[in-house]
Amino acid sequence: MRAIDLPLAPDVVESLSMGDMCELSGVLYTARDAAHKRMLEDAARGEPLPIDVAGQVLYYVGPTPPKPGAVIGSAGPTTSGRMDAYTPRMLELGLTGMIGKGGRSPAVVEAIARHRAVYFAAIGGTAALLAKRIREVELIAYEDLGTEAIRRLVVERFPVVVAVDSRGKDIFAEGFKEFAK
Amino acid sequence: MRTIDASEVTARIREMSIESNYHVDPAYVRKVEEAKAGETSSLGLMVLDQITENAALASAERVPYCQDTGVSIVFAEVGQDVRIEGGLLEDAINEGIRQGYRDGYLRGSVVNDPLRRVNTKDNTPAVIHYRVVEGNRLKLYFAAKGTGAENMSMARMLKPSDGREGVIQTIVNHVFNSGGNPCPPILLGIGLGGSIEKAALQAKWALFRELGTPNPDPLVAELEGDILEAVNRTGVGPMGMGGDTTCIAVHVETYACHIGALPICVNVECHAHRHAEVVL
Ligand code: SF4
Repeated sequence: MRAIDLPLAPDVVESLSMGDMCELSGVLYTARDAAHKRMLEDAARGEPLPIDVAGQVLYYVGPTPPKPGAVIGSAGPTTSGRMDAYTPRMLELGLTGMIGKGGRSPAVVEAIARHRAVYFAAIGGTAALLAKRIREVELIAYEDLGTEAIRRLVVERFPVVVAVDSRGKDIFAEGFKEFAK
Repeated sequence: MRTIDASEVTARIREMSIESNYHVDPAYVRKVEEAKAGETSSLGLMVLDQITENAALASAERVPYCQDTGVSIVFAEVGQDVRIEGGLLEDAINEGIRQGYRDGYLRGSVVNDPLRRVNTKDNTPAVIHYRVVEGNRLKLYFAAKGTGAENMSMARMLKPSDGREGVIQTIVNHVFNSGGNPCPPILLGIGLGGSIEKAALQAKWALFRELGTPNPDPLVAELEGDILEAVNRTGVGPMGMGGDTTCIAVHVETYACHIGALPICVNVECHAHRHAEVVL
């Protein structure tokens, strides 16, 4: 288990390899389908994005409402494939990391390698456990999107697996081979 | 004629929606626990550990097991000697969902319309299926169906000549191509025969069967076993990252069909297996 600080330093990104189990600590931003769509509409109009994604890590999540006294509700990853249409553009804007679940399209894997970025998989469905590793939550933008709004999270020892590394090695394309019978 | 008050339906649906989201089916968690012994991938094993740990934590702290608290599916078996008083059955069910999702701090994950896509905020409306049965009781089945798994569902009209082997191959290819998206280890509900919509309904209904119990028809039970084995040979593994545990059970429901048809629908369920039932 490797301890990794966020945001990701470029040499750290380079040092990550497909299949590495990591624990992330530091700042993440949440965004899923609707927030991606709106951010890229902003960018297309030449307007500034509500967050500067350069050098940052996005977590694809739409949490449940927090119970009284909690900073966040349950907060596991959503299916990353739904963000594939937006991801190459986000990488062009300087995004360095993403956290979600499930595979990415060949175009996204290629873009990850080209921009020397990384895609982490969190364990889907383990949302109560993952929420425990989230220490702070701050609403940043698109409040009207509710669960899909952009939030700034501070996480501590947030467990993930390197699914696509900066050389384009993809666990969802390769992981099964060793176990197929 | 027996009379049931609509408010009682609302109260029960409210309770089932909250409790099932906090406490996933313990039989599913047991199956995941058992699978650890046969899992040879260290990454896979880590995933299975995290799943069982999450189940215990969600139960103990009474929080949603998964942040996707699903679209609400209700099967209502209405005895033909029952009368609902004090409102429409459909309204009573939706009011239960509304209260449960609000009071249980569950996520509203439903949009009002597939094109306008405005979140209804209270997870209504539920998807409701009615069946009229004998007797003077009302049986309600509730499920919270997450979309990662639901999106990996599939319906196809096979040819009768495709036969049993064609059925198995279609399912195996489909599970393989779905990879990690449906959050494996998965449960497969399969509707075989009938018509396109009958197969889909049967596939969903199959998920409500007590986990891992075989179909009473030995021919179908054998098919279930063969599908399970074939799917677990794909190597997809926990969360699609490679391993031995891809699927933990297969439930097949069959129905008569046209001489020229072999409809099949696969409804995929994730390890967030949330369902409950109650008899009124
Ligand atoms: S597929 Fe199931 S376990 Fe995975 S995120 Fe969706 S509801 Fe949760």
